[in-house]
Amino acid sequence: MTLVSDIEGLHSANGPVADEGYIGARVSRPNARRHLEGRGTYVDDIVLARLAHVVYLRSPMAHARIGTVDADVARSMPGVIAIVDGKQVAEICSPWVGTLTHLVGMKSAPQYPLAMERVCWQGEPVLAIVAESRQQAEDALQTIVIDWQPLPVVAHMETALDANTPIIHPELGDNLCFSKTIDTGGVDEVFTNADCVVEETYRFGRHTGVTMETRSVLADFDPAERKLTVYQSHQAPHMMQDLYARHFSLPESAVRVICKDVGGSFGIKVHSYPDDFATVALSMLLKRPVKFVADRLDSFVSDVHAREHLIRARMAATVDGEILAFEIDDLTGVGPYSVYPRTSAIEGNQVLNITGGPYQHKQYRGHLKVVLQNKAPTSQYRGVGHPIACAVTEGLVELAAQKLGIDSLQMRKLNVMRDDAYPCTGASGIKLEKLSHQQCLSQLEELMDYQALRHEQEELRKKGIYRGIGLAVLVELTNPGAAFYGVGGARIAAQDGATVRLEPSGVVTCLVGVGEQGQGTETIFAQIAADAVGVPMDRVKVVTGDTDVTPYGGGTWASRGAGIGGEAVLQAGRALRRNMLEMAAVLLERDPASLDIRGGQVVDAKSGEFHLEVAELGRIANFRPDTLAAGSLPELVVTRTYAQREYPFVFTNGVQASYVEVDIETGFVKLLKHWAVEDCGRIINPLLVDEQMRGAIVQGIGGALFEECLYDDSALLRNGSMADYLVPMASEMPDIEIGHVQTPTKTSSLGAKGAGEAGTAGAPAAVMNAINDALLPFKARVTEQPITPEKILRAVGTI
Amino acid sequence: MIEYLGLLEKKMAESIEVTIRVNGVDHTRRVEPRMHLTDFIRDELGIKTTRLGCEHGVCGACTVRLDGDIVRGCLVLAVQANGQDVETIDGASDRGDLVELQAAFHAHNALQCGFCTSGMLLTASSLLAEKPNATRDEVREYMSGNYCRCTGYQSIIDAICEVMENRRQTVPQECESGCAL
Amino acid sequence: MKAPQFDYVKPESLVEVFSLLEKNGDSARIIAGGQTLLATLNMRLSEPKLLIDINGVRGLSGISLQERFVRIGAMTRHSEIEESNLVAKHMPLLSMTAPHVAHKAIRNKGTIGGSIAFADPAAEWPCCAVALDAVIVLASKRGLRRVNAADFFRELYTTDMKTDELIVALEFPLQSPATHCAFDEMARRHGDYPIVGLAAVAQVSVNSLSQLRLVFLGVGNIPMRARAAEAILEGKPFSPELLAAAKLELAGELTPGADLYNSSELKLHLAAVLMKRLLMKMTS
Repeated sequence: MTLVSDIEGLHSANGPVADEGYIGARVSRPNARRHLEGRGTYVDDIVLARLAHVVYLRSPMAHARIGTVDADVARSMPGVIAIVDGKQVAEICSPWVGTLTHLVGMKSAPQYPLAMERVCWQGEPVLAIVAESRQQAEDALQTIVIDWQPLPVVAHMETALDANTPIIHPELGDNLCFSKTIDTGGVDEVFTNADCVVEETYRFGRHTGVTMETRSVLADFDPAERKLTVYQSHQAPHMMQDLYARHFSLPESAVRVICKDVGGSFGIKVHSYPDDFATVALSMLLKRPVKFVADRLDSFVSDVHAREHLIRARMAATVDGEILAFEIDDLTGVGPYSVYPRTSAIEGNQVLNITGGPYQHKQYRGHLKVVLQNKAPTSQYRGVGHPIACAVTEGLVELAAQKLGIDSLQMRKLNVMRDDAYPCTGASGIKLEKLSHQQCLSQLEELMDYQALRHEQEELRKKGIYRGIGLAVLVELTNPGAAFYGVGGARIAAQDGATVRLEPSGVVTCLVGVGEQGQGTETIFAQIAADAVGVPMDRVKVVTGDTDVTPYGGGTWASRGAGIGGEAVLQAGRALRRNMLEMAAVLLERDPASLDIRGGQVVDAKSGEFHLEVAELGRIANFRPDTLAAGSLPELVVTRTYAQREYPFVFTNGVQASYVEVDIETGFVKLLKHWAVEDCGRIINPLLVDEQMRGAIVQGIGGALFEECLYDDSALLRNGSMADYLVPMASEMPDIEIGHVQTPTKTSSLGAKGAGEAGTAGAPAAVMNAINDALLPFKARVTEQPITPEKILRAVGTI
Repeated sequence: MIEYLGLLEKKMAESIEVTIRVNGVDHTRRVEPRMHLTDFIRDELGIKTTRLGCEHGVCGACTVRLDGDIVRGCLVLAVQANGQDVETIDGASDRGDLVELQAAFHAHNALQCGFCTSGMLLTASSLLAEKPNATRDEVREYMSGNYCRCTGYQSIIDAICEVMENRRQTVPQECESGCAL
Repeated sequence: MKAPQFDYVKPESLVEVFSLLEKNGDSARIIAGGQTLLATLNMRLSEPKLLIDINGVRGLSGISLQERFVRIGAMTRHSEIEESNLVAKHMPLLSMTAPHVAHKAIRNKGTIGGSIAFADPAAEWPCCAVALDAVIVLASKRGLRRVNAADFFRELYTTDMKTDELIVALEFPLQSPATHCAFDEMARRHGDYPIVGLAAVAQVSVNSLSQLRLVFLGVGNIPMRARAAEAILEGKPFSPELLAAAKLELAGELTPGADLYNSSELKLHLAAVLMKRLLMKMTS
């Protein structure tokens, strides 16, 4: 059920975006059919002539000098084509530094595709072994002997800045990558005078994306024309096109990046990796296509990691529960290099910006320190800081509610920003167009039957069954402008383009710069294009993921696909419709305003009487322009671009609730149920939004209960395999009920915001709060994620 | 019996001729003993519909049918499958074996990136055959050997339960006089 | 990763198997179900020169009811045990346990013989074998040798099996009608190697247990029989106090090692909870 609120501007004279059309409908994805037969095409499925395979010899140590390299045996092994080192690659590929200018003071050292002289994390690629088959490459790799000379390791973020901790890059002066403070100025006074102050320290375990399809790159360099084609499992083909062109000194026009089917990305595949550049370099050096498919064991030590934070936090409130101020001190440990080009500091920066987000309060202070370590590099991963900011905020809010004897839901209702308070600016400086916290909360209350659950909880407590209810209110940034990257100097598009064209047969082809990794972007573009032009959806063909074909675009990240890509499609579609109506008007000798296009036909706008098939327009324009009146030909190929320029980001909001049962004897947590009410603006396809929410929530649950990259004191990863690293599987996950509120954004005609990450933002907070609610009778709290039976039993005092 | 020969240090392992029926067609190839069934299907035969997600036997992306039973393709050697019958997702799909599940998966959006889907559907099919009256929890349990990162699992469980329910409802019931309705 | 190179041979008789084992010693490995071995090889954790595939040797699989025991051939797949009516009727502990062994696709290939031979401390079948007082039947060119499960599991991944021997069957002594059994394990995710597990077998009368056997997995290098706890409980009326006393004994006789996620204290505690829950289930 959708509660449509405030959708003005959508039924404009420029062409209706009617609710009876595809927009807003639960449409199954046409492009899912191939996957149901296993017939998708992922990078590893692509076979080219003379294809060579590369495996990378990766550092087994966290920090070491690279001594002698003995690869003689390897070179002579069957099928081996070449063994290539960092120096050879550096001759044709320039290094990079992962900083952005608007993150003032940020420091990182230059990084090369393959390490030379020194390795700085376990998993850093050092040597490329290229062979006719993957098996042969691995056989050869095994025979290579490298004299590693261990160097002292920075294995703990808490001591990364200590005087006697080695500095990873001496030229940087210290291990501080970035620091920042936000201070509204009156924080100390508020805390001193407040009736209620709650304080807690939260720890979040580093974890990683574990995409089903590992990172994959197939680089194909044509030495005759000096043209590079790269097939990559990636979210942002144009960004990679730009990077390859610049770092290999190729003209942008000589580089083509193609993203076919992508087996899951979640931000892990929005970055550039040293092995990407190395693979391209190999193709150029060897003059043949080279394919790199990360082994799962490789992935654990080389994929981007995220979310390693230690946060001391406090909140001040009045005796009546009114929140006055938040303060956090966030320490986050990244890798030895900041990831390029989106940096390893954005996540911490977001934590700083988002903490306290949903709540009314005037005073805020946040300190952030991002420190370098000899562990896998970290960067954006679904939610980017939001899951952490939300967990800290919600933990404190819950703690205060307990201390003051105020019901959890009541505490939220009391303190969330009012639905009529917008536009406004949060204490941390975030600019908010219009949110719906209150409406979401009341819908959640009904959806989960909150009162009944509280009652059930109380009854069961008497029987020694300990259930908990945990709430989380969240804001989530989407539809970014250039605030993220462009302003900092990164060549990452903040706009997107869509080309819509009418084919001779009446099919509408839609080319868009934003692509798809399973979330359904191509489907919603088809829905929008169909509605905008007036044709049935099965007559719309969507093409994405090829820099030679689509308009320039930013790709998928920060949940921008629907809001930004979709708007470009809408505007292009409407423009095409106008042009088609003008052409039809001339043919029919009518006023264009008296005509309409519906279901692929030109009809009388008032009576619906049929006049022409849309295919007729295509036929005449292409094959019989001689029958058209003098003057310019109809423009049946239209491109529109869209950039969101009113706000740095357009925020969405939502609420989640988790209902758990803690087995107090074993510390095991059973997730009984999960609810979410989300407001992502105008919903294009509720089926897809629901499923994005569910997938995102489960991903958040992973970090809350199961997932952690466990490093030892030598900064070596102890659990880097699918057997040891625990991802959520079906048996332990709850059913998740989703409700919707729609507050369209006025920054676009479509009114859509993003929906991809909100689930992950709120789930850890809700689950942690639920567990702590269950443990209330034991006066125990757990504040370190992932929350394991060990941690619960220790908190309770059983062990 | 293949006669065992002593190996010199660097000599390549003796390749072995195998004949494996894949999707109803016999394929004879010489393969290295170490080649697992999934690599045989993908690299020897060029059938890319089965996938690799870990090669540890944990994620289930490589699930195929071997003599009718689901197995992890990465944990079966091609040489072990000599003389056996393999069916991959496209083979099963083409002969109409998965129609109900595919329709239900599609309607519930029980797949997003699609990488786990081959394994998921074959496992679901096996579940329906073995436990046609499974409870929702039992469905979750049976499917718990297949990793999915995109969906969060609920839509997959919903789709399978829907097919199960539909099948139960179309089973002919006998009326009191003993005739089938 | 891709496995390293090895040679492969598929003998058709035990005689050939013994000959191959003798000729190749440590550089050869038996492959039965392959669900553990191939995962290990795919991670290049071991490099045998030769794999001896015993799937072609006849007479090694099958479940049959003998006069005094249920015989399960070493090559019997986990799923066959899971689906066997004979096992459900005569050796129900195994039926209860089978669904806990990994996942269906693994169970369709993995074998009980392989599990017993590999002797992972968190594996279910070795624990059940000890709890049921099973006999492991080994064959070599010297003939057959029978070893009680209690004596078979020696050290971490080490059994009494000699390098020239092969497990051919397990014999599970038939139980009296008054025998009850229970199995449960605790794992973060269904199908994972559990943190701890317990197989309990006893005669149950009114409110007490006799001929009690409590065998834990995951709390030592081998299946651990909690004899001291059994002694406390044996024959006495079951009560919370008795259970508490038995729990104390557990602390003395189980010495679980910590792993990546779970401390020894946690494992010991979970073992005690399992014991309480299974015993209460059996006596209710």
